[in-house]
Amino acid sequence: MLALMLLLPFVVREPYFQHLLILVLLWVTIGTGWNLLAGYTGQVSFGAAGFFGVGAYTAGLLSHHLGISAWWGMALGGVVAMVVAFPFGAITFPLRGAYFALGSLALGEVMRHVATIWESLTEGMVGILIMQTFISKLPYYYIALALAVFSIVLVHQVTRSRLGYYFVSIREDQDAAASIGINTTKYKMISLCMHAFLTGMAGALYMNYMGFIDPHVVFSLHDISIMAILVAIVGGVGTLHGPAVGAFIMVALQEVFRTAGFGGLKALSDAMGGGFMTVVTKYVSQAHVLAFGILVVVVIMNLPNGIVGDWARIKRVFRRG
Amino acid sequence: MAILELHEVSKNFGGLRAVDRVSFTVDQGEIFGLIGPNGSGKTTTFNLISHVYPASAGKIVFQGRDITPLKTHQICALGVGRTFQVVKPLKRMTVLDNVIASAFLRHPSMKDARQQAEKWLDFCGLTPYAGHLARGLSIASRKRLEITRAMATEPKLLLLDETAAGLNPGELDEAIELILKIRKSGVTIVIVEHIMKVIMSISDRIHCINHGQTIAQGTPQEVARDPKVIEAYLGHGGGH
Amino acid sequence: MEVFFQTLVAGVLKGGLYALIGIGMTLIMGVMGIINLAHGQMMMLAMYLTYVCFHYLGMDPYLTLFVSVPCLFLIGVGVQKYTLNPLLKVESLLPENQVLMTVGVGMVMTEVARFIFTSNYVSVKTSYSDATFFIGGISFSVALTIAFVFACALTGAMFWFLLKTDLGRSIRAVAQDAEAASLMGVNAERIRTITMGMGAGLVAAAGTLLLPIYYLFPDIGGPFTRRAFVITILGGLGSTVGAILGGVTLGLAEAFGATYIGMAFEDVVGLAIFILVLLFLPGGFKRLTKV
Repeated sequence: MLALMLLLPFVVREPYFQHLLILVLLWVTIGTGWNLLAGYTGQVSFGAAGFFGVGAYTAGLLSHHLGISAWWGMALGGVVAMVVAFPFGAITFPLRGAYFALGSLALGEVMRHVATIWESLTEGMVGILIMQTFISKLPYYYIALALAVFSIVLVHQVTRSRLGYYFVSIREDQDAAASIGINTTKYKMISLCMHAFLTGMAGALYMNYMGFIDPHVVFSLHDISIMAILVAIVGGVGTLHGPAVGAFIMVALQEVFRTAGFGGLKALSDAMGGGFMTVVTKYVSQAHVLAFGILVVVVIMNLPNGIVGDWARIKRVFRRG
Repeated sequence: MAILELHEVSKNFGGLRAVDRVSFTVDQGEIFGLIGPNGSGKTTTFNLISHVYPASAGKIVFQGRDITPLKTHQICALGVGRTFQVVKPLKRMTVLDNVIASAFLRHPSMKDARQQAEKWLDFCGLTPYAGHLARGLSIASRKRLEITRAMATEPKLLLLDETAAGLNPGELDEAIELILKIRKSGVTIVIVEHIMKVIMSISDRIHCINHGQTIAQGTPQEVARDPKVIEAYLGHGGGH
Repeated sequence: MEVFFQTLVAGVLKGGLYALIGIGMTLIMGVMGIINLAHGQMMMLAMYLTYVCFHYLGMDPYLTLFVSVPCLFLIGVGVQKYTLNPLLKVESLLPENQVLMTVGVGMVMTEVARFIFTSNYVSVKTSYSDATFFIGGISFSVALTIAFVFACALTGAMFWFLLKTDLGRSIRAVAQDAEAASLMGVNAERIRTITMGMGAGLVAAAGTLLLPIYYLFPDIGGPFTRRAFVITILGGLGSTVGAILGGVTLGLAEAFGATYIGMAFEDVVGLAIFILVLLFLPGGFKRLTKV
C-alpha cells in the first residue's frame, strides 16, 4: 500500500489529480486525528476547524509578520494548536454528550470570528498570502503523505497501548473508567491534544501548499469541521483505516459532483446534443452539498459504523444480490 | 484497626436529604454490611465514599486520610475499589480487555497488565470468558466482571453494591463464595445488599439505614432482632 | 437616552420572535433529548413557502401562517418518523447519531431550497414592512410589533396546550421520563413525532412572521439554528419559560451589541453568551428559577 502511494505521483502526472491526492492525504490526517478523539475516546467534536485554522494561521503569520518561512509553521502549527486545546478542553469537557458537540461547535465559530475581527493580527477577511516554496506539486504530495502515514501510525500505536485502553474505557463508560482509577479529564485532554496537533499540522501544510488563507476558508464549520466528521463517519469511526477510506470517498465524491463527472457529463451532453443533458450537467455540478447531505442521512441510518466498520454487512448485501 | 470512617456524612439533592448524618467505622479485614429498604440511601452513601458526587456535609476518612475532597480516580488509586448497582461493563471491549484497562493502574506496562488481568480472571473464575465481548455476558457474569475489574486495581477496601440482586440460588452461592475468597486474600469489604440471606450469612457487622438515617448497628443477630429494622422492612410493605 | 430605549424596544420585540424559535427547540430537546440542528433550516423552508404564497398567490404573510405552520408540522413529523425514530434502534459507536442526522437533514433542506430558488436574496415587501408608529418619540416597527403580538399569543397557546390538554400532559410526561410514561400507556414514539412537528410548526410561525422585515436566502437557516440553541441553553433544557426569557435576552443582547459595538458583533454576541452560560450557569435560567 505504502509503496503504491510512494510511486503514485509518477503515474499520475496531471497536476489536477495530484492536487486531489494531496487533498485526500490532508483529509486522511484530519480524519484520523478527529477519529482518535471521537471514535476512540467518544468525544464528538464539531470544532475541528478551530485547530485547523490555528495551525494554518500560525504558519501564515510567521511568514507574514516575522518573515520566517512558513515551513516553520509545520513544526509550530501543531504545537500552537495543542496550546489552544487546553482552554478548548477546559471549557468543553465538563459538558456531556450533545452539549460537548455544541460547545465545540461554538468554540470553533468563536475562533473564526476572532480571526475575522482581529485584523491587526490576521488581516481579517483580506487573508494571508504567502509565496509558495515549490512550483511542482510533488514535494507537497510527499509531505502530505508523510503526515498522513504519521497520523495513522500514531493512532495505531496508541490504540494498542495503555493510552488506547484508557481512551476506549472513557468512551464506553466514563463513570466506570473513573472507578478503576482513570483520570478522565486528563486523558480526554491528551486525546484532544493529539487531535489538535494532527489537525493543526494539516492546517499549516495547507497554508504552505495553497499560499492563501482567510478565516472563512480555514475556520469553516461546513468545509472543515463537518467534513472531518463526514470523512470519519463514512469511512468508519473507531477503526484505524476508516478515515483514510472516508477521505478518499469524500474528496472523490465532492469532485465528481463539482465537475459533473470530471467533465465527462459535459462531454456526454455535447455529444448527445440535447437541452436535457445540459440541464442535468448544470444541476449535478451544483448538487455536491446536497449529495453530502443525503449521504450523511443514508450512512447514519444504514452504515452507522461506516464502510470499514460495517464491511461485513456490506459484503453480505453484495453476496445476496 | 479502622480502615474506613464516616463522620456525620450527609447529602442533599435539592430539597431531599438522601443521607442524613450517617457515621460508622469499618475495621480492617471485616465484612461490613450496609442494609436498608429500597431508597434508604445505601447506594448514595457508596457514591459519596467513592465521590461520584461530593458530600454536602461530614468527613470520610480512609486509612487515616481525609478523602472527602478527592476525586473518584484518586480514591481508587489510594486503594478503594467499587462495583456499581447497575453494572457498567465496558461493553464493546472483551472481558480480558476490561480487566487489562483496570490492571494498568498498578502495572503500567502492557505486558504486566495483561498478565495481572489473566491472574484476576482466574481468581474470579472468568477465564473461560476472556475473549467474549462484555456485552454478551449473562447478568451473573457481568456482576462477576464488575468485581474482577475492581479487584484488578488491587484495592484494600472493596465496596460491593447489590452484587446479589438478580441472581438465582446457584449463582448466589457462587457469589458468596467469591466474596469470602476475596476477604480471605486480605481485602476489607463493605457490602450493600437488600437480600437478607446474603448479608446476614457473611457480614461480621451490620449497619442499617432508612430514609438516609442510621436506625441500627451491631452484629447480624442484634440487628435482625431490632424492632426498628423489622418495622423498616415489613412495616412499609417492604422486604424483598 | 433615546437611543437606549429605541434599542431596548427593538431588542424586546425581536426577542419575542426569538422566544418562539427557542420554545420549539427546547421542547424537542426536552422530549427527545436531541439537538435539532436543522431547526433554522425548517424556518428557512417556512419562509420560502411564505414567499411563494405571497409572490404567486398574493397571500398576505399573516394569512400564510395557516399554510406554513401546518406544512412544517407535517415536514417535522416526516423527518422524525423517517429519519430520527429509526435511529433509536440503530446501534452505533457514536451516541450523537441523531444530532448528526439532523445536520444531514438540514443540509438537504438548504440545498433543495438552493436548487429551487437559487442563492439570490429575496424579500417580501408588504404595505407594512417599513411602516412604523411612534410612542413618545420611540419608533416601533409595525411588522415587528404585530409579529411580537402573534408570538405572545402562540406562546400563550402553547402554555395552555401543555398544561391543560391530555396531549400536552403526555408530552411533558415523556419529557420527564419516557420509560415511565410508556408504562402508563403513552405512546412515546408518537409523542416524539408530534413534538418534532410542533417544534417545526412553531419555528415556521416565527419565520413567516419575520419575513416581511427580513431577507431570505437558502443559507439563512444556519444563524437561526445557532440562535435557537443559544436560547435553549440560556433558558435551560425543556423549560418553556426559560426559552422566553432566553429569547428576549438574546434579542436585547443582539440589539445592544449592534447599536453600541457594531453590526459585525451580532453573531459573536450570541456565541459569547453561549459559552459564558456553559461556563457559569450550566442549567440556564431554569436553574435560577427552578421552574
